[in-house]
Amino acid sequence: MTQPAAGLSRARYRGRARYGRETLRAEWTKLRTVASTGWLLLGTVALTVAVSVAADAAATCPSGGCQADPARLSLTGVQAGQAIVAVIAVLAISGEYSTGMIRITLTAMPRRLTVLAAKAALVAVLVLAAGAVAVLASVLAGRLMLPGHGFIAANGYPPLSLGDGPVLRAVTGSVLYLVLIALLSLGVATAVREPAVAIGLVLGLLYVFPVVTSVVGNQHWQRHLEQIGPMTAGLYIQATAGLRSLPLTPWQGLGVLALWAAGALVIGALVFRFRDA
Amino acid sequence: MTTVTPYRSTAHEARDGFGQLLHAEWTKFRTVRGWVAGMIVAALVTAGLGVFVARAAIPTCSSQTSSGQQGPVQHGAACGGPIYARGPGGVLVQDEFYFVRQPLAGNGSITVRVTSLTGLGRGTDNGRPVGAIAVPWSKAGIIVKDGTSLGSAYAAMMVTGGNGVRMQWNYTGDTSGLSGAVSAASPRWLRLTRDGDTITGYDSADGTHWTHVGTVALAGLPPTVQAGLFVTSPQHSTYSSSLGVGNGFNSPTASTAVFDHVSRTGTWPARTWTGDDVDPEDLQVAPGSVGYHQVAGRFTVAGSGDIAPLIAGPLNHGPNITVRDFLLGTFAGLIAVAVVAAMFMTAEYRRGLIRTTLAASPNRGRVLAAKAIVIGSAAFVTGLAAAAGAVLIATHIADSAGADVFPEPWPTELRIIAGTAALIAVAAVLTLAIATMVRRSATAILIMIVIIVIPDVLSAPPGIPAGVTDWLLRVTPAAAFALQQPAPQYYQVLANYIPSSGFYPLAPWTGFAVLCAWTAVALAAAAYLLRRRDA
Repeated sequence: MTQPAAGLSRARYRGRARYGRETLRAEWTKLRTVASTGWLLLGTVALTVAVSVAADAAATCPSGGCQADPARLSLTGVQAGQAIVAVIAVLAISGEYSTGMIRITLTAMPRRLTVLAAKAALVAVLVLAAGAVAVLASVLAGRLMLPGHGFIAANGYPPLSLGDGPVLRAVTGSVLYLVLIALLSLGVATAVREPAVAIGLVLGLLYVFPVVTSVVGNQHWQRHLEQIGPMTAGLYIQATAGLRSLPLTPWQGLGVLALWAAGALVIGALVFRFRDA
Repeated sequence: MTTVTPYRSTAHEARDGFGQLLHAEWTKFRTVRGWVAGMIVAALVTAGLGVFVARAAIPTCSSQTSSGQQGPVQHGAACGGPIYARGPGGVLVQDEFYFVRQPLAGNGSITVRVTSLTGLGRGTDNGRPVGAIAVPWSKAGIIVKDGTSLGSAYAAMMVTGGNGVRMQWNYTGDTSGLSGAVSAASPRWLRLTRDGDTITGYDSADGTHWTHVGTVALAGLPPTVQAGLFVTSPQHSTYSSSLGVGNGFNSPTASTAVFDHVSRTGTWPARTWTGDDVDPEDLQVAPGSVGYHQVAGRFTVAGSGDIAPLIAGPLNHGPNITVRDFLLGTFAGLIAVAVVAAMFMTAEYRRGLIRTTLAASPNRGRVLAAKAIVIGSAAFVTGLAAAAGAVLIATHIADSAGADVFPEPWPTELRIIAGTAALIAVAAVLTLAIATMVRRSATAILIMIVIIVIPDVLSAPPGIPAGVTDWLLRVTPAAAFALQQPAPQYYQVLANYIPSSGFYPLAPWTGFAVLCAWTAVALAAAAYLLRRRDA
């Protein structure tokens, strides 16, 4: 008696899996064949590395030592590169609304949450790849350039190395940071649809916390703002020195950003599921 | 046989003047609810962040000292913190020096020879002693001052630690005399003469050949003034960014100078010299480090402090809240305005309206001009409302809470508010031009954010090396944020003149010119592409 039922559910499962694979393939084809995706990924790498190199070039550590965090310094570009990552994610969904493509997409693949999940997975993988290149290139630039600016072993700064635990955490964490920024942006863009508005909202949300924190004299407010800001808290993952003075541990900070991304995705998914396209 | 008369519209022929075009574009703008809402959001966000800053920036009385910062702890006056002295012109000043003085009744003069100026090595830089070399703007010389009340008018001739002989007056005035350091082998002779309200300074290397350095008028100088020898030595300021947080090290220093050949003309009613620290409550070194002794016409005077304008900013010694802080929401308002400006053009392409627009008005350059004027004006009004609202409301909040806000003369405040509106307006036109070129709102917003918002945002927290933000704020359109600089930079006062403290690498209107140049180039390129490309 139970045998046919189990068979049925296996068949349904297989059907679902195939449906998922095909949705993934369809989304991948769309993403891959839009010219802007490649350019934006390239732009992410270029801007991240350029700003990091500029920060390396401007930093100095006089003989006798200085208080600095070379890993964080060499990853400065992430703060600029995230803007392009946000745009990649926003365009993945709101680009379809601009062109009316979304109606075809949803006719062919009516399971909306599967579509959104496929988009999220693909954007995450693309940003993971580009982010890894950008972050590794930035750290390499830091390793090559910083010793020329006084960050030498004599001052307490051995060359940056991935074999060093905190540096490895900063590097992998920075890549994950970019992925989470992409997911946050995808969630916001799914909810608001209009690409320009989505980009404005995401970048406003990211940058408002560090800017406000910089002038708030009240330390109590300052710590709270830094803890809840997706960018300020998320970037704790880049810290390799002075961890005691941070309001959260690096991984907790990245967790705050993950909560923001999850919240945005849930809202986006709900709106996407229940609203007319 | 019926003749068919071709249809002729009975409507009046419409004129296609620029006025009509402007009216058409304005109608497009005001009838899209989302765009008007976007402008209102821009103004509210900017003003709202200003109000938030005014509330949150007021320090609580207990938790203040930021890591690594030595020197005076800044509280609001309400917390029993420093009451800042004001100089003649209303500028906040530091008026702290060791003064060996006598009253001078009526006109007269004083002449001295300075043979040495050395530091006492009490200051530290990142924990290391600064050494016995006098800091560059340590000062020793003669001064004529309107009494000893803080902030009173003065004129002084002095030797400095690294900037030769100077004549300075009323805290902000400065002119140079002989160059080179003072020593027993090459002493400096200084002279001040008073004639009514007019003080004239001279210097000399040998006491016989005198050079006129400067003449200044001190309005309202009383008949009897205080005159004599003085020494002071400003804080040694260094800046470093560490752990993503900027630290300003302001360590106090003290200097000692040796004077002889003191001679005077005129009426000096007191028989003896009086030595005192002008503002003992503000003295940053041990009271025993300052003072004077006199041995047979030879005076050794030690002092600490500065006679100079206070510099704004969290890493400096002035009040750390400025009007610029109330406008830090500008970047958010700018994003919202840019979103509207980009869509003002890209929506035409997305909806196909551009074909109607260009059919009705075939001169494409004029269409772009009309759009630029409409969006620029709307953005200016939005920016003006946002900036004026932010500054007025936030200032009121801070004032009623007793927080010290760096005071602005009204022309500066007007420049900051109108400048912010102009910055938002021109940035909106720049975004419109970019959107015309790339036709996609997402790309236009991205470009705009990368070239204007990110340079501004990176310069706000003092974590990025100042060299990077300095460069970005010179060449990118974000240079226009210099319009928000709240206080002038004084070369004769060393301080942390960095963007995060409100000091920009370019002068306010020069920075604005950079934005205008970008916009002009972008508009020209947009007009060219609009004309040459199919719509």
